[in-house]
Amino acid sequence: MKIAVCIKRVPDTETRVKVGGDGVSIDEAGVKFILNPYDEFAVEEALQRREEGGEVVVVTVGPDAAAETIRTALAMGADRGVLLKTDKIPADALAIAKALAAELKDGGYDLILFGKIAVDDYNHSVGTMTAELLGMPCVSAAVKLTVDGRRLTAEREVEGGIEVMECEVPAVITCDKGLNNPRYPALKGIMAAKKKPIETKPAALGAVRLTLKTLGLPPERKEGRIVGEGVAAIPELLRLLRQEAKVL
Amino acid sequence: MANVLAVIEQKDGTVKKSGREVIAVAKQIAGSLGGSVDALTLDASGAAALAASVTAHVKQGGYAAVVLAASSTGKDLGPRLAVRLDAPLLMDVTAIGVDGGRITASRPVYAGKAIQQIVADAPLTIVAIRPNTFTADTGEVKTSAASAATGSSTVKEVKAGGQGVLDVGEASIVVSGGRGMKGPEHFHLIEDLAKAFGNAAVGASRAVVDAGWRPHGEQVGQTGKTVSPQLYIAVGISGAIQHLAGMRTAKVIVAINKDRDAPIFKVADYGIVGDAFEIVPRLTEEVRKLRAEH
Amino acid sequence: MAAAYEGVDFYDISAQLSEEERAVRDTVRAWVDDKLVPVINEAYIEGHFPKELIAGMAELGLFGANLPEEYGCAGLNNVAYGLIMQELERGDSGVRSFASVQGALVMYPIYAFGSDEQKKKWLPKLASGELIGCFGLTEPDYGSNPSGMITTAKETANGWVLNGAKMWITNGSTADIAIIWAKTGAIDDAKSIRGFIVPTKTKGFSSKDQKGKLSLRASDTSELVLQNVEVGKDALLSKTGGIKSPLMCLTQARYGIAWGALGAAMGCYAEALAYSKQRVMFKKPIGGYQLQQSRLAEMLTEITKGQLLVLHLGRLKDAGTMRPQQVSLAKRNNVNVACDVAREARRLLGANGILVEYSAMRHMANLESVYTYEGTHDMHTLILGEDVTGIAAFE
Repeated sequence: MKIAVCIKRVPDTETRVKVGGDGVSIDEAGVKFILNPYDEFAVEEALQRREEGGEVVVVTVGPDAAAETIRTALAMGADRGVLLKTDKIPADALAIAKALAAELKDGGYDLILFGKIAVDDYNHSVGTMTAELLGMPCVSAAVKLTVDGRRLTAEREVEGGIEVMECEVPAVITCDKGLNNPRYPALKGIMAAKKKPIETKPAALGAVRLTLKTLGLPPERKEGRIVGEGVAAIPELLRLLRQEAKVL
Repeated sequence: MANVLAVIEQKDGTVKKSGREVIAVAKQIAGSLGGSVDALTLDASGAAALAASVTAHVKQGGYAAVVLAASSTGKDLGPRLAVRLDAPLLMDVTAIGVDGGRITASRPVYAGKAIQQIVADAPLTIVAIRPNTFTADTGEVKTSAASAATGSSTVKEVKAGGQGVLDVGEASIVVSGGRGMKGPEHFHLIEDLAKAFGNAAVGASRAVVDAGWRPHGEQVGQTGKTVSPQLYIAVGISGAIQHLAGMRTAKVIVAINKDRDAPIFKVADYGIVGDAFEIVPRLTEEVRKLRAEH
Repeated sequence: MAAAYEGVDFYDISAQLSEEERAVRDTVRAWVDDKLVPVINEAYIEGHFPKELIAGMAELGLFGANLPEEYGCAGLNNVAYGLIMQELERGDSGVRSFASVQGALVMYPIYAFGSDEQKKKWLPKLASGELIGCFGLTEPDYGSNPSGMITTAKETANGWVLNGAKMWITNGSTADIAIIWAKTGAIDDAKSIRGFIVPTKTKGFSSKDQKGKLSLRASDTSELVLQNVEVGKDALLSKTGGIKSPLMCLTQARYGIAWGALGAAMGCYAEALAYSKQRVMFKKPIGGYQLQQSRLAEMLTEITKGQLLVLHLGRLKDAGTMRPQQVSLAKRNNVNVACDVAREARRLLGANGILVEYSAMRHMANLESVYTYEGTHDMHTLILGEDVTGIAAFE
């Protein structure tokens, strides 16, 4: 199988967000960047499905520094990387999807995998958009995947249940937690990744029609209070929930 | 034209709560743009099959905006409509406005650690709103139904979750357990408390999901679900940044933790310091009594 | 501890590391968070090595990571190897000790002193964790003076017969093979010391765990007894000769310890810092008081100095110019610093600091062993003294 995995460089989930000087993006000073956690599921899935003679290609849209993120996926075991370079990732997911679709359309991929969401912009969109642009079927937020010949079955969690989806490959899948347990890049893999090729070319972004005006921090929650200690505090807690907060 | 299409989800012939919220937002946008609202109901799931029909409807109606819920169906349908209609998509919106004829939206990013304000510059914009955030509209709207065509992917079946199990993302009360529960064998205490409330879902911290104590679907936090319930009860959860990010928009937060210095108490409206194994069973009992009285 | 561990890097030393070195560090750090931290407290309280970690450590390639790829190892440079030790010991000194013994004291001597057949036979299985090794040098009456050892190896027609006892042997009871050092000549002939690969199942070989340890509780420490243990000719590490050979192994291990101890110190400092911002006393966080700030400033200063020390030592080792005495200086300094940091961190944590839920007291207790093993602090003082004056104080 020839598999593409679209990944993204994102700030670590433990990052304390500070607004940068431009007022629309985060202050990157001291921020550690990682491979988007949901993309780890996509990379792992691809590696498990790569057969003899198959290939796993990692594709990303991002700045030069995203090469390091590609190398994380290469260290996990992917074969080569493509960096679609742009210094600024636009807020418009469709513009990004167009750049990816342009790169992927003639690649002859059997499967194109994404993480279901990037933990920075939370768009939940680029994978499904790319599928639509390529005219491929797409299952988003898959927690289970089986491919039998050309037939693909995937499960996705919906409110109160599981949807079982069917389609033909080539297809696009966006991966959710639960699909697999991503491997750590082994130390040997880290050394091997140095030697694997990364091709860099400009990202052919689509028209950008969403513009960031501001990035702000959410209002602080007002300081709470300790109602009391142990079971003795329960009656007072329930009284507060009913009479003060009025949520019961 | 400045009309707005509200795409609303139904279940068993009844408009879902999120659908009422979608109508409210559609009315707000239409009001600012000087247009009116049409509503289109979706009965089936399977966004691929619905996308064609909704697209045709939008093209025919010539709308300035399409509003839908950022539910699991909406998160799948929204991007498809964006491509088919070549329109920008505002995903998971928590506040909406119109400024000089252009739609502006606030949306949480970094799992709610920051809020983006975005302005759309297009003749048609798709807006997917976060459920449980906007006030539902109770008025009547003229609706028509979207039909599911055969899509490139099809829903083979829908397996229902466990009996009476509420999704943590949808419930108005969430009771979550963390590492302080000491082991999966003690989570029945959390489940019992959720049951006592009647309409509560069970949530979990990343630590206990990663340890395999609880299923992935219950995880609240930056790599799990972001929830905005009326009441969030965190039991034995210390309050890592990535967890707080997922629940900080809850209306009321209650924390039960034996460590008085745990960060969770910084965001909790009400805290009880003490042993969860003593407090939770008693609280469950009291909640049951309370509900029996009413 | 709520926030994830992000290391301590006041001087942006990360910028001096290559992308691969950073990736190695971050991978091991994440593994420690995910796999080691959740199990270490229980293992420590119960007093055993968390064996369930071995497979994951091997899969990552942590054993003998600075040895060549042809033997199934990762082929990392020595800075990356040091970073592995640093991250492991942030988890626990006992787990780092396990990796040190396997890599520096078992795999290294086979690599450095073994034949091609021995390397091919043993190294891949040790790298993959299929086999666990231990290192038998110290004896009940010969600790700081290993040259005085009384374990003997007598050559026979078919091989060798070993007799003697070894003490304080990490992994001793779990090991599949032991590197045993013994005198092949007269009992006062230190030049006759040679190394042997001894399978622990061999008749006459027995081990007994040392009980009652209040330090390194998540590590197995044993006494080994060799009573007429017969091994073949292929057991001899043919390139060994004299006390210099085991000391070369110890230089490898001490190098890793200099990095590792700092990892424990970094963990203690990070924990103490987070606690000082959270813990409120007299209406403000205790971190806002001068006494605690003084503690934190001292810890940070000593950690930062130690980091610069080992990074440069690593670059010297990679350049092939490192001297054993330079390793002594780093081991001596960094372990001492770590002991101080752990103790101060424990005190800053107040009463909570005596609980296993916080790592400071566990590290504090562990580091007392690290202070004592692989050349005590005092012995390294004398090694440095001898090196700068040219006069040995211990002979």
